[in-house]
Amino acid sequence: MKILVCISNVPDTTTRIRFTGSKKLDTAGIQWVINPWDELSLTRALELKDANPGLVESVTVAHVGPVSSEPTIRKALAIGADSAIRVNSDAHDAYFVAAQLAEVVKADNFDLILCGIESSDFNGSTVGGMLAEFLQYPSVSAVSGINIENGNLSLTREIDGGKELLSLAVPFVAIVQKGIAKEPRIAAMRGIMMARSKPIKLVEPVMTEPLTEIVSYEMPPEKEACRFIDADKPGELIDILQNVEKVI
Amino acid sequence: MSVLVYTENWEGKFKKLSYELVSYAAAMAEMLNTSLTALSIGEVDSAELESLGRFGASKIVSIENEKLKNLDNQAYTAVIADMAKKLGARVIILANNNTGKAVAPRLSVKLKAGVGAGVSRLPSSLEPFTVYKRVYSGNAYAHIVIKTEVRILTLAQNSFDIAEGDNKPEIEKLSYDLDPALVKTEVRDVNKQSGKLLLTDAEIVVSGGRGMRSPDNWAPIVELADLLGGATACSRPVSDEGWRPHEEHTGQTGKIIAPDLYIAVGISGATQHIAGVSASKCIVAINTDKDAPVFDVAKYGMVGDAMKVLPGLIEAVKNVKSA
Ligand SMILES: Cc1cc2nc3c(=O)[nH]c(=O)nc-3n(C[C@H](O)[C@H](O)[C@H](O)COP(=O)(O)OP(=O)(O)OC[C@H]3O[C@@H](n4cnc5c(N)ncnc54)[C@H](O)[C@@H]3O)c2cc1C
Repeated sequence: MKILVCISNVPDTTTRIRFTGSKKLDTAGIQWVINPWDELSLTRALELKDANPGLVESVTVAHVGPVSSEPTIRKALAIGADSAIRVNSDAHDAYFVAAQLAEVVKADNFDLILCGIESSDFNGSTVGGMLAEFLQYPSVSAVSGINIENGNLSLTREIDGGKELLSLAVPFVAIVQKGIAKEPRIAAMRGIMMARSKPIKLVEPVMTEPLTEIVSYEMPPEKEACRFIDADKPGELIDILQNVEKVI
Repeated sequence: MSVLVYTENWEGKFKKLSYELVSYAAAMAEMLNTSLTALSIGEVDSAELESLGRFGASKIVSIENEKLKNLDNQAYTAVIADMAKKLGARVIILANNNTGKAVAPRLSVKLKAGVGAGVSRLPSSLEPFTVYKRVYSGNAYAHIVIKTEVRILTLAQNSFDIAEGDNKPEIEKLSYDLDPALVKTEVRDVNKQSGKLLLTDAEIVVSGGRGMRSPDNWAPIVELADLLGGATACSRPVSDEGWRPHEEHTGQTGKIIAPDLYIAVGISGATQHIAGVSASKCIVAINTDKDAPVFDVAKYGMVGDAMKVLPGLIEAVKNVKSA
């Protein structure tokens, strides 16, 4: 079984987001990282490979992005991915990215494809599902667990108020969320050394018209300053919540 | 031309989320000068289906099919896409919840329709079709143009006011011939609690962080939430430590919620936590540290020890509830 983990390159979650004008992210000082959910997927993929050496042949990461994303791809290789594929293009929109990833999957016949539930930049939750539809593969969303038992894959899917245990045959796309792995795996020194010699295959994009376009950004509305209420006067707070805010 | 809204049901029932969605879709239909059809998949009785009419659906199509009992992304996509084509739907609306996130992107490719994911307002313009949504986990918002003729929108929960009227909708029960080959996921086991208020549905949420110090200190959080008819939540370290169940983990990597009232107790207000709650209508923070970043996003704050402040708040709520 060949696993493909799709990774997105995003600003570190503590980054102060700013724009130059209203259309362009100000990238000065931004630390770029693997999207948190993708980092967890990669971790789980590697755990599955470690635990099932005969069955899981390889773990590859794929990324659609310009050459400036390579440090993030290297990081994925350092964490333990065997190889990487970069589609050499800006990520115009989710549809465009999914169309590129579909070509990557077709070219190498990956069996299990992992995508994160969302990318922390555009919060779209769309690439994984789109990819599956392009490929006409089944997809399962809100996956919080992937296991291999006797050579078969089983998935845990989060549903409102609980969980389901699912089984299905490869190939398919699993769209994963919290729970899929406990902690992201950290690159060890040896991994970082080895990553330098691992291949990043470069692929040129296929023609795809994006379906959406970001026309402008704006900052969240300014919050009014916090009104402090004496901790010894709980009645005052409750009164405000009841009669001014009308939320209780 | 029309607007289509997919209304999921929970054990045969709709909930506030459904009515919000239909209200939004009805407003969308009005903008486009057309009518709204709601699609329901699964066993829902006529009275329940009819309730969607009150929020603006002029027609309800109900499909029951044994094979569609559990969510199968590919099969549901096929059903919704067929219905959209049949109606000539120009806008298709789903909730931005697990089901919507599972189906909307597949629909997008199937119908070659751009998606506005997690929108929180009606489009600001129809030509070009421009939607507004949170990006960078709530640290910014974006205006996005959807360039296709057919558009798919998923609506962020608790972002649109319900508008109730007294419409009586037309109800059509449709038998649907599903290609069985489409259903490839097999549900082997289900483990769920019914009847419990879901964190994402709650209008009031009381949430505890590491400042609660020990899982043994949670009783006042739970009591306050119960008294207010709300749900409990927590910060990530709290669920990582196993002090509280994972379903309560709120924030960027956990649940994203937008209750009317969010009470953060012993939570410092890290950006990743705030990413999950910043759309709340009113945030109250209780923290020993007056400089904690949570006060930058809170509307009301109390500086003090949670274990001393909470009993007072509980008493105060009891007083107003019994008055
Ligand atoms: C990639 C990534 C994703 C993350 N995602 C999330 C996420 O989704 N959700 C999330 O919550 N975190 C997330 N985090 C973690 C986040 O950065 C913070 O570490 C976390 O939110 C802190 O939790 P806390 O506020 O409970 O604890 P702390 O930061 O330790 O804060 C405890 C607070 O309690 C106060 N306090 C102490 N004693 C008392 C008392 N007796 N009474 C009242 N107040 C008291 C302190 O003043 C302090 O402000 C993420 C981190 C990363 C790197």
